[in-house]
Amino acid sequence: MGTRLPLFPEQASTISAEVDHLLYFLMAVSIFFTLLIFGAIFYFAIKYRRRSEQELPHSVHTGWTLEIVWSVIPFGLTMIMFGWGASIFFRESRPPDNAMQIYAVGKQWMWKLQHMEGQREINELHIPINRPVKLLMTSEDVIHSFYVPDFRTKQDVVPGRYTTTWFEATKPGKYHLFCAEYCGTNHSGMIGWVYAMEPQKYQEWLNGGAAGSLSAAGGALFEDLACNNCHKPDGNGRGPSLVGVFGSTVKLAGGGTVRADEGYIRESILNPAAKVVEGYMADMPTFQGLITEENVVQLIEYIKSLGPRPGQGQPGQAAPAIAGSIPSNR
Amino acid sequence: MNTAAVQERTNYLNESYGLKSWLLTKDHKRIAVLYFITISVFFAMGGVFASLIRTELLTPPGDLVSSETYNKLFTMHGVIMVFFFLIPSVPATMGNFFLPIMIGARDLAFPRINLLSWYLLIVGGALAIFAMVAGGVDTGWTFYTPYSTTYSNSYVIATALGIFVAGFSSILTGLNFIVTVHRMRAPGMTWFRMPLFVWANYATGVIQVLGTPVIAVTLVLVFCERVFHIGIFDPALGGDPVLFQHLFWFYSHPAVYIMVLPAMGVISELVSTFSRKPVFGYGFVAFSSMAIAVIGFLVWGHHLFVSGQSLYAGLVFSFLSYFVAIPSAIKVFNWTATLYKGSISYATPMLYAFGFIGLFTIGGLTGLFVASLGMDVHVTDTYFVIAHFHYVMVGGTIMAYLGGVHYWWPKMTGRMYPEGWAKLSALIVFIGFNLTFFPQFILGYLGMPRRYHAYPDEFQVLHVLSTAGASVLAVGYLMPAIYLFWSLRYGEVAGANPWGAPGLEWQTASPPPTHNFDKIPVVTQEAYDFSKVAGEVIEVG
Ligand code: HEC
Ligand code: HEM
Ligand SMILES: [Cu+2]
Ligand SMILES: [Cu+2]
Repeated sequence: MGTRLPLFPEQASTISAEVDHLLYFLMAVSIFFTLLIFGAIFYFAIKYRRRSEQELPHSVHTGWTLEIVWSVIPFGLTMIMFGWGASIFFRESRPPDNAMQIYAVGKQWMWKLQHMEGQREINELHIPINRPVKLLMTSEDVIHSFYVPDFRTKQDVVPGRYTTTWFEATKPGKYHLFCAEYCGTNHSGMIGWVYAMEPQKYQEWLNGGAAGSLSAAGGALFEDLACNNCHKPDGNGRGPSLVGVFGSTVKLAGGGTVRADEGYIRESILNPAAKVVEGYMADMPTFQGLITEENVVQLIEYIKSLGPRPGQGQPGQAAPAIAGSIPSNR
Repeated sequence: MNTAAVQERTNYLNESYGLKSWLLTKDHKRIAVLYFITISVFFAMGGVFASLIRTELLTPPGDLVSSETYNKLFTMHGVIMVFFFLIPSVPATMGNFFLPIMIGARDLAFPRINLLSWYLLIVGGALAIFAMVAGGVDTGWTFYTPYSTTYSNSYVIATALGIFVAGFSSILTGLNFIVTVHRMRAPGMTWFRMPLFVWANYATGVIQVLGTPVIAVTLVLVFCERVFHIGIFDPALGGDPVLFQHLFWFYSHPAVYIMVLPAMGVISELVSTFSRKPVFGYGFVAFSSMAIAVIGFLVWGHHLFVSGQSLYAGLVFSFLSYFVAIPSAIKVFNWTATLYKGSISYATPMLYAFGFIGLFTIGGLTGLFVASLGMDVHVTDTYFVIAHFHYVMVGGTIMAYLGGVHYWWPKMTGRMYPEGWAKLSALIVFIGFNLTFFPQFILGYLGMPRRYHAYPDEFQVLHVLSTAGASVLAVGYLMPAIYLFWSLRYGEVAGANPWGAPGLEWQTASPPPTHNFDKIPVVTQEAYDFSKVAGEVIEVG
């Protein structure tokens, strides 16, 4: 039998300590009210215990003052809980602009992770410390949830769309990765490890991998799947040029616009009819079922790497910027 | 004949005999007894599943049962406990029995519909049991899509159908209560003279009638997608999986109040009777039930904080969740204040009431943790949430249920339960409960995900504690099952009003006659007016 009895998870990310401080506050309030209620019950129950069967206590008049006091004070405290929790949530929901991006695909019952440089991992994720890491995640089947307790972060991974989470590890180590959303038979086996490493160790690890970058793989796919028959760099094909499309604002047929982020590109590939570009026919075939979510990710990275459209600024979406490691990435 | 004293009068139990007289009865009291028997069976089933789950979790690897079996166990535990025990628990049994009597009525407004709702629960239960026997279901009681619609190879449809049918049982009970409270109050029984138990069941009725149709529709949609492959939730078919979660929780959050409001009503009765004082802040307690019923419909999104719903939706739902906590807090404060300068008896029902207040306080306070966004991201889908809702539903509702059963047992059966054994079992339940569920808060904060068949070693000590607690708890639950049964025959004969309580149910015989009152009472006093009864506190006390 295991003899370790940890009572608190490690603080291994920039957000961990903040969540723990919120916990201390919530615990302080809870312990205060629990003691208050338990204390009052014990005290009254003993002091006013029934001494004779005939006893009839005088009734005590209900006052508004008390009712107001014990509604307003707790309400004030809960608003602190709300505000505090919300401010942490704001940070958790908004990856910093300089975050490096990694793709995660959940699948019954494994985690597949792809680094920009092309390294692919299963149920393991290597990251550098002191550097925000943003995960762009989707699922090939049911809903999963990416959970690293020591980082205090969790985000559902939903089929059919991208969700994001981010964290910045603060100390090197090996941390549990769990699937937190029940996903079928082997849900409890959908676990792994996050290895947080010193930046230079991480660089060494990256260099150890053989694969070419994601965008290079995407470029090869782009030809294999004959996307390039329709999408030509100069726009003289059946489809629009994809140069600079990422991060731009696309005008849609029938009015309206959409910002071309990863979700939009993904949808354009898997469900092209959902949003049709202004001035084009809806004759792009769907690639749903023909390619995996990982292929989609490669294509997205390739399209991103096609650089800004002439005359346009940098696309807004953050891109990984590990020094020198991804020449093709803008 | 050993039961001479009880049997002298005709009452609802001895008025007629034979299975048929029970299965075709329209008497709300007999129907309540049918419900008691039915949900006790469901509770026992759910309990067996729970024991198996806890035994599996004694050791880190999944070694007692296979993963498939484990997943089916926790699913069936949840389905049975939530839909077939907790939802009907207090309203269908004690509500059915006492709501009409407490407002001076001879029956519910629609006695036949009342019987129909029992049959619906039986049919729904039979479908769910069929699903279990045929091979089980493994989606979790939450049926998240697209797992439930596309990927699960288990008996989802039969189970969903069972819940669908049982839902109508719940709707009809709620409807019956609402109409009864509006139309059948005795002369002089104004709204603000109604016992708080009636208010609580009335508020619950509103939720049942407004909320349950939504889960019914949702289950139909699951059915359509699973059987006819109509794309509603599965993105591969063009659907939206998170839509399901919105629909499911739109019902299931209010449903947690279906489970706890009537229990709160029981506590109001117990606290008043056993302190011999009106409930402090009667109006506030009554209105807090109604407030919970209304606000409870606005907070479902707090179950979706990490689902990928928008940041702003998360903010709004977190904010609103705190509003629903206040009426619960008001109740706790008012119950505690009722004790002040009371004449406090330590009879078993009161011990359960103390237990309820304490455990519900912890459950409610941890609700504040999970309603706080930054905190919930970490603890959602972990054992922390499991502990939170077991504190409110087991520590709360089941405590109140047992308290109510002991309190009204003499009225329903005409016999007292054995006080010593009952006190002991109340104590065992309290200790066992805390030992089972408190370690789960720590487990959850450490990061132990819920619905895990196997888990890392470092969680073992806490799991062992929890399983040990569950065994104690099981003893605590088995004891009443035995001594209550025993008391049906050997218990001391109870008089009409063993507790010296002022409610109308105590002004009629024990057990009550079929039509509840020989003469319809005319109510001239406020609720909980002890000045008239205290003198005649006699009999068993
Ligand atoms: C048969 C021709 C054809 C092929 C093959 C094709 N596309 Fe397209 N694509 C189009 C057309 C036409 C549009 C514009 C209409 C629309 O939005 O559906 C389009 C639009 C797009 C867009 C949205 C562009 C924008 O400006 O918003 C993306 C991204 C895209 N395609 C990617 C791909 C990828 C990746 C492949 C290969 C896997 C591919 N396409 C294969 C015809 C094609
Ligand atoms: C007092 C105020 C309460 C608040 C603020 C509150 C808040 C919450 C929140 C935010 C969650 C979602 C947690 C998560 O999944 O991460 C939750 C879960 C839950 N709560 Fe409460 N709660 C309260 C009281 C109750 C009561 C009274 C009950 C039942 C009687 C209850 C039953 C549940 C259940 C069943 C779940 C989880 C269901 C599941 O995921 O399987 N809660 N609560
Ligand atoms: Cu999972
Ligand atoms: Cu809820």
